[in-house]
Amino acid sequence: MSHESGSHVRYIDRTRAYYQAEGYDKPYEWAHFDDIPFTPFASVGKPLSQCRVGVVTTSEMARRGAEAGPDDPRRLVYALPTDIPVEELYSRKAAYDRYATTLDDVDSYLPLTHLQHFVAEGRIGAVAPRFQMIYSEYSHRKTLTIDAPEILKQMREDRVDVAVLTAV
Amino acid sequence: MSLAARYLEDNGIPTVVFGCARDIVERCGVPRFAFSDFPLGNPTGKPYDLDMQRHVLSLGLDLLVNATAPGTTVVTPYEWSADHSWKDKVLTKAQPFLSPEDTRKWLESKEAYRALKAAGKI
Repeated sequence: MSHESGSHVRYIDRTRAYYQAEGYDKPYEWAHFDDIPFTPFASVGKPLSQCRVGVVTTSEMARRGAEAGPDDPRRLVYALPTDIPVEELYSRKAAYDRYATTLDDVDSYLPLTHLQHFVAEGRIGAVAPRFQMIYSEYSHRKTLTIDAPEILKQMREDRVDVAVLTAV
Repeated sequence: MSLAARYLEDNGIPTVVFGCARDIVERCGVPRFAFSDFPLGNPTGKPYDLDMQRHVLSLGLDLLVNATAPGTTVVTPYEWSADHSWKDKVLTKAQPFLSPEDTRKWLESKEAYRALKAAGKI
């Protein structure tokens, strides 16, 4: 198997083949929609330099030195303050390509430092006071009826204008 | 993650998704997608390459502002390495996605979730 530049990994095919070989007979149904929603940036009604940016990630962040506590079996959305120095954060995410890379540098998947720099430089107006963690879920229903509405609720409370989402 | 982006967008918040699994994100369909052809884990630039991280984020913010149609993907102009062999064994028996320990934890958490659901607690 060789890869030319520009040929990305087909994760759907790989996952199907992998779990089939592991004895799972029913392949996972990846979400698929024919239509895609769209809110033009212009509808926000102000330039990016005045926008408050929300941040969502699947990186399952935790704070160093804080009691992590038992894993929540409900895997609900949770939030942490965006003004925690990234050195105090770490990822508990297990599902990433641990053969090729690491999650040791937070800004490689949760760009809080760079966003703060963009605030200082006037490129964006502000970063929301907290960022949200969402788990990568097997259940589309849970993501759509429990997790996404919670994120929207928190973003509305925080008066977020636009959102950056990072999928680890 | 893609579903959450769609939900926010549907409710009036413009979004941009940063990711490395192009087929999964594009199959779902998100309004704006900044794709880096990197191993899963670093959707906003290589670890410790601050210039690249800043540029990737900047490209995503440009996309947020400038996209005129849903389903717009921008491919960031970086290679993980000149050698693409890191792609060969991803998600194979030789390189399973989760370690045996993490697989056990994942199955346990799935069972716990099912039990809560069956009990009407979620």
